[in-house]
Amino acid sequence: MSSLVLAVELAWWQQTVLRTIGVLAAVLLPAGTLVYVFLFKMMSFMQSRLGPMEAGPYGSMQLLAEVGKWIQKEDIIPWRADRKLFAMAPYIVVMTVFLTYVGVPFGPDAWFADLDVGIFYILAVSSISVLGILIAGWSSANKYSLLGGLRAAGQLIAYELPMVLAVVGVVIQAGTLNLQGIVAAQHEGAIFGWDGIGNPFILTQFVGFLIFLVALQAELTQTPFDMPVAESELVSGYMTEYSGMRFLLFFIAEFASAGAFAAVAATLFLGGWALPGVDLDADYMNVLGPIVLLAKIMLVAFLVFWVRFTYPRFREDQLQQLAWKVLIPLSLVNILATMALKVAY
Amino acid sequence: MTALTERQQLAYVDAQAADARVNVELETDEGMILNLGPQHPATHGTLRVTAKLDGEQVVWADVVPGYMHRGYEKLTEVRTYPQVTTLINRIDWLGSFANEVPFILAAEQLMEIEAPPRARCIRTILFEMARIANLVIFLGDLGVQLGAVTPTFYAFRDREHVLDQIEAVTGGRFHPNFDRIGGLKDDLPKGWIADTKAVMARIRSFCDEMEDLLFGNEIFEARTRGVGVIPAEVALAYGLSGANLRASGVDWDLRRDGGISGLAHDEVDWKVWTHPDGDSFARCWVRLQETREATHIVDQLCDGLPSGPIMAKVPRVIKVPPGEAYVETENPLGAMGYYLVSKGDLGPFRVKIRSASFSNISVVPWVLKGVYVPDIITILASLYFILGDIDR
Repeated sequence: MSSLVLAVELAWWQQTVLRTIGVLAAVLLPAGTLVYVFLFKMMSFMQSRLGPMEAGPYGSMQLLAEVGKWIQKEDIIPWRADRKLFAMAPYIVVMTVFLTYVGVPFGPDAWFADLDVGIFYILAVSSISVLGILIAGWSSANKYSLLGGLRAAGQLIAYELPMVLAVVGVVIQAGTLNLQGIVAAQHEGAIFGWDGIGNPFILTQFVGFLIFLVALQAELTQTPFDMPVAESELVSGYMTEYSGMRFLLFFIAEFASAGAFAAVAATLFLGGWALPGVDLDADYMNVLGPIVLLAKIMLVAFLVFWVRFTYPRFREDQLQQLAWKVLIPLSLVNILATMALKVAY
Repeated sequence: MTALTERQQLAYVDAQAADARVNVELETDEGMILNLGPQHPATHGTLRVTAKLDGEQVVWADVVPGYMHRGYEKLTEVRTYPQVTTLINRIDWLGSFANEVPFILAAEQLMEIEAPPRARCIRTILFEMARIANLVIFLGDLGVQLGAVTPTFYAFRDREHVLDQIEAVTGGRFHPNFDRIGGLKDDLPKGWIADTKAVMARIRSFCDEMEDLLFGNEIFEARTRGVGVIPAEVALAYGLSGANLRASGVDWDLRRDGGISGLAHDEVDWKVWTHPDGDSFARCWVRLQETREATHIVDQLCDGLPSGPIMAKVPRVIKVPPGEAYVETENPLGAMGYYLVSKGDLGPFRVKIRSASFSNISVVPWVLKGVYVPDIITILASLYFILGDIDR
């Protein structure tokens, strides 16, 4: 593996600084964009209201105002809480998002780590957030938090499976676990012999894409799978006792992980940073690639938030039934069909 | 090893104690007691529900009302009759005008005064519009309780038009204080009838929208169908009324069966909706149909509004002759009645208020047995109570 960042030879410390800034930008930019475009504006338009309009043009600075407000607020830790764990939990959740972004490629040379088992790594680190949520739920010494944390654990573990199985179909088709390899496979592939637009796996793995989207929704604990934070039942679930900066961290993690998972979905199913007809090795793709990927992230995130603002939520047992009785058998059938077709063609 | 401060030591001991307590609650067969409220987003007010849980299943649950008791029954005793309507407006604050009607009717019954036909019709129109304003919020709030945020905003958007119409007549959006013994305070403003019919059409389209958005949604059906079934006998035994009773299949509506002379429901053609299932879905569905039916009642009354005075001949200083009267009407939340005792003074001697929500939530401990935590919210939302109506 080479250690190039943007195809320039740099000292190790320079690379480290660049990567740190890069990951921060990669995490916070999509998260901020998602919050403003979807949570503030799209949600408001769907609900026949304007949303924030005062801070900056069309309320575009609202996010800064909100962040400023949260940073100023008192960081309250309940008297009976397990202080160390309580303080640690939000950092664990945010850390997973950073770790996820590390594996996502943004261009031919614009990546943080080009791992041979890239998608395996991403699926592995993304499930660490359950630990953070469980810790938050337990250490708050609050029954709502406890219920929320346990619900989150049950839900995230149940939906990890269909997600992994949906990815297996893609991996079989691409023949590699490496995300750059998956991007290249989609760019250079052909749909049953026709190679006009390559082979974005959303077309040939459509069932897999749908399963991945549903599992994604559940992993992100967005409505209709938002029981861990179900406002009308559990107040705020595992976040109930958090305030100020630590709440902000949970909030960032929620939207940054929406961006991260959308990036993974875009890479796996929508062709990642590549576009049909471009040269994969061209230097300009290092600049164009991140923009293309961000556009695709917005597309996937739009679907996620559209569902979020429309549906009521499931009950815990109905959610488990959907995972075990529908999604997992369906994804197994999908794998079998993919294997059969892979061998046939 | 560094020495711990006293605060740190205490925190450590406390954390251990809290862990131990939660452990005990989790590991014994006793289960964990979950306290919903009095401050909780689901109870839209200050209702407290304590539930003993086994995992996520409710072993038993109990309702603790009274956190918002304002003593209206006592307060009426130190007010004159015209002053009382201001107070009782605030019992069911979403359908305020409907609160005034049974009290005024009881006073009219004692004074043996009949409101003129035009006043009766306008009174019925406002009565039904209060019902619409109330039930529209129910339909929107239902979404929030089940996790869908969007319907609420549609509900508040469309209710505003109804409130505008009520405000145009009475001057108050929420608390009209418009009903008088022997008639109404004022006549309708000019152009009001045409506007109202447009608003009613809008409410009907809102109902269609809700039917598409919520009632046709698979998740909504999965969450409400078969959840919190109340059979007809149980509903009658617990004194349920209104849509909760009709959703259990009991065809009983005071607007039709009450024989109330002060309202004009007999003069229009309308239907009492019932549902045989008795589950949460049935309760929501019946309310949806009732909202539609109320718009039709308002439309018909607007078309056939008689002319004439809006006030009967009433003495300047109102003194109600000694006696007792009980009048019950079909309010948005169910049957609401006032038992009025007069000793011939300027104000009532004693008033007993029978509010619908208080009886409706009495079934909660029975119906919550064995359900899951999310169903508590569904059932409470579908039983539909207003805190002011429980605690008075």
